[in-house]
Amino acid sequence: MFQKVFKARWSLVMALSAALFLATPAMADDFADAVQGLNAEGYAEKGQAIEALAAVGDDRSVAVLGALMEGNLFVRAADGRVLIARESGSVYLMTDPVTGEAMDEAAEDAIEKIRINNKLRGQLKGVLGAMTLMSSDAAKRLSAADEVFKAGDPAILPILERALAREDIADVKTRLIRARAAIVLEHGTDAPARIEAAKVLSEFTDPDVVALLGKLAFMDGQGQPVEQDAAVFNAVKDAHQSVEAKLAQWAMLGNVFQGVSLGSVLLLAAVGLAITFGVMGVINMAHGEMVMLGAYTTFMVQEVFRTHFPGAFDWSLAVAVPAAFLVTGAVGMVIERGVIRHLYGRPLETLLATWGVSLILQQVVRTIFGPTNQEVGNPSWMSGAIETSTGLVLTYNRIWIIVFSLMVLGMLALVARKTLFGLQMRAVTQNRAMASSMGIRSGWVDALTFALGSGIAGMAGVALSQIDNVSPNLGQAYIIDSFMVVVFGGVGNLWGTLVGAFSLGILNKFLEPYAGAVLGKILVLVGIILFIQKRPRGLFALKGRAVES
Amino acid sequence: MKTTFKTVVGAGVIAASVLGATAAQAAETIKVGVLHSLSGTMAISETTLKDTVLMMIDEQNKKGGLLGKKLEAVVVDPASNWPLFAEKTRELISKENVNVIFGCWTSVSRKSVLPVVEELNGMLFYPVQYEGEESSRNVFYTGAAPNQQAIPAVDYLLSKDGGEAKRIVLLGTDYVYPRTTNKILRSYLNAKGIADADIMENYTPFGHSDWQTIVSDVKKFASTGKKTAVVSTINGDANVPFYKELANQGIKAEDIPVVAFSVGEEELAGLDTGPLVGHLAAWNYFMSVKAPENDAFIKTWKAFIKDNKRVTNDPMEATYIGFKMWVQAVEQAGTTDVDAVRQAMYGQKVPNLTGGMAVMNTNHHLSKPVLIGEIQDNGQFDIVWNTDGEVVGDAWSDFLPESAKLTADWTYPWVCGNCEKPKYAAK
Repeated sequence: MFQKVFKARWSLVMALSAALFLATPAMADDFADAVQGLNAEGYAEKGQAIEALAAVGDDRSVAVLGALMEGNLFVRAADGRVLIARESGSVYLMTDPVTGEAMDEAAEDAIEKIRINNKLRGQLKGVLGAMTLMSSDAAKRLSAADEVFKAGDPAILPILERALAREDIADVKTRLIRARAAIVLEHGTDAPARIEAAKVLSEFTDPDVVALLGKLAFMDGQGQPVEQDAAVFNAVKDAHQSVEAKLAQWAMLGNVFQGVSLGSVLLLAAVGLAITFGVMGVINMAHGEMVMLGAYTTFMVQEVFRTHFPGAFDWSLAVAVPAAFLVTGAVGMVIERGVIRHLYGRPLETLLATWGVSLILQQVVRTIFGPTNQEVGNPSWMSGAIETSTGLVLTYNRIWIIVFSLMVLGMLALVARKTLFGLQMRAVTQNRAMASSMGIRSGWVDALTFALGSGIAGMAGVALSQIDNVSPNLGQAYIIDSFMVVVFGGVGNLWGTLVGAFSLGILNKFLEPYAGAVLGKILVLVGIILFIQKRPRGLFALKGRAVES
Repeated sequence: MKTTFKTVVGAGVIAASVLGATAAQAAETIKVGVLHSLSGTMAISETTLKDTVLMMIDEQNKKGGLLGKKLEAVVVDPASNWPLFAEKTRELISKENVNVIFGCWTSVSRKSVLPVVEELNGMLFYPVQYEGEESSRNVFYTGAAPNQQAIPAVDYLLSKDGGEAKRIVLLGTDYVYPRTTNKILRSYLNAKGIADADIMENYTPFGHSDWQTIVSDVKKFASTGKKTAVVSTINGDANVPFYKELANQGIKAEDIPVVAFSVGEEELAGLDTGPLVGHLAAWNYFMSVKAPENDAFIKTWKAFIKDNKRVTNDPMEATYIGFKMWVQAVEQAGTTDVDAVRQAMYGQKVPNLTGGMAVMNTNHHLSKPVLIGEIQDNGQFDIVWNTDGEVVGDAWSDFLPESAKLTADWTYPWVCGNCEKPKYAAK
């Protein structure tokens, strides 16, 4: 069995090299037969068919295997022919994989997709990787080097050596060296070369390398080392330890990033509340629903973009932010004028009334949009991550949310400090009677302040729609956290909210690995309660007469 | 004072006559209770099932009703509030006199309904996969028991096609279903030779939205070189941020596959599934199955809900099978009386939407096929594995020592849901 596979692999290598250097267009029939072979019954048979197709060594197999990988390879029901087909509206446009010529359209039920599973997907990646190692596109070579590293197939080694010899881009070269070292270490027979390979690998700070070294660095079930050669075993063990130690430091940094990211989400959710509750003293239980409305506004804006300007979808969030601010600000103003202004000075009644408002808003949204999640897309600049080779993954959506939360806070601070409205707002909250007698329409200022707080909550909703469900329950998840941040940071103080949000976020993330998500949350809550006992006004307490009233 | 008294009496008389009138009307229709949350957290999943029952009732009425009478739905909203489920059940049975209820989603809501249906001798059809370890005389379980979902899924992960996983991460929401399922899975994995050191178990609160730490922990756990797979019993809203985080952190299904028991077509509707291709789910039904029954069901559903984009899912099929079985049993018994219908239920057969026959067993669980599907970029599942035939639902798991010896069988001589020996066996 093993020999057979080995042989097949060797023939693959030979054929590949033949294809790459001679690019002979011969063996057309072999190729057509091999493509047809992909229409196999079981997954194991399909796996053999993939290997057989790769072994034919034809340039066209890259396109066919790529189509299989993407789910674009079909079988025509009428005659059982294997075709490449792409969905176009309600029909499929078919291409002949052998000639590359376009064929007729087909209805959905006239063709059947050739299904693959994870195992085949992994195999395909390795095979395609080997085929694209010599590609003229550096990005393709880079991902090919990674796939070859993951596949760890010793048969690739000769091609890898050749690719390495002619590679001149440093980044790709490093990845190729990594792939070669991995294969030599795992499959090689020459002890000094393997020790050398382990040394090479120890230079990489990479979770995949740890995984590979881990395979050989442990004892098996009987307490015997997996690796027979003692010198190699020691070298692998040293390499494993050194890489793991380096990774641990990076993991620490990752933890801080995650904490800051959670903090930025808390900050966004809380900053609107810092105005309505912190500055105005209104216990606004409908705050979470403002966030939810902001998220739904994003959904609406994206729907408009999807139907009218699909090309400009990446800009949808730039429109959604002001739109959400205006929509939720307007709703906030209606709530203030309609309900809350009649209840100033009666916190319990405000609490109950706004709780009722929150339930009404939830059910209204549920009636209009339905109870199911709505799909809010990530623009391309918010998808994916910066993947450093150190296992530290910084996702773009989190990075942007951190930036956005700081921008929102900064703008709010500017409004409060530098504008006339900000001045009036501070005047009214500090001493209403005096402000009124100075000619400030305190009722209007109240309404605008509440609208500002609600509008900011709506902007938070735009950001949260990128990482959370857009469903009618979105707001409920954040209301308690928001109150926690505002109370912890100090009521009536924007800096307190900032510091409070980030310290709670980081604390949470450092507790989570040890205590688990559930217990971690409880510990944080208990911690805050104890803290409030000691300092009832939070981290940054406002001082002065206004506070006493 | 006197006038007040008079008004009260008057109001009472009016109320009584109104009630009398509804009672008289009830004689002409057969009432079907629908107990699904239409508001609150669970509305996202349960509203669909309410619509499914309404659709089935509609279909049945078009065929001329049942026993010559029209079916009438009595829809109540327990609002994702577990104690309210019990109250609404009492209301349905005592006040509305319904003889059958289709309802519940979460296990905690079912547990809250259980004492009421048992006390008032009602009949509940429960359509969602659950943790097992239960068999009530008054409940028919049409969703999967663990041996019809969790165990086959783990078998697949350990198999050659599934990637021969050697380390397993059990992620779940912190409540009864994930905890019980994972207890069963852990003992099953141990029996399969996977040591506790190679099993990571983690629980998160309902609606958990920050998955950064857990996803990177999974990555770290996977970096020992042994093939790692994740078994997810994460429920409800928390799934969307979980899958978004998986996608963003670049966890590919070829490296660390995630098999989920609570993620179906409906849950994926709010997600871009492009980066998730290849992650798995285990169910008894997938919308993508090509079968004439399924095509007809999907067509009826889209027409009924008047939305061409709506999807179908496993609990909908379970509701469909339960409803059809109940109709057949009522026709056979010639009455809607709970005790008569219950006897008629045993052995009832209804074609599955995916082919084959679902059979109701005497332990109140179904025999159903098990399918494993991989997520595709269109939000549907491609089936990569399925059982040869139907699997009999097991009320008590064979992999927990204390429940392995229990039997559920509601026919003579057992007549019991959790007994070690028959109740009426000849001595």
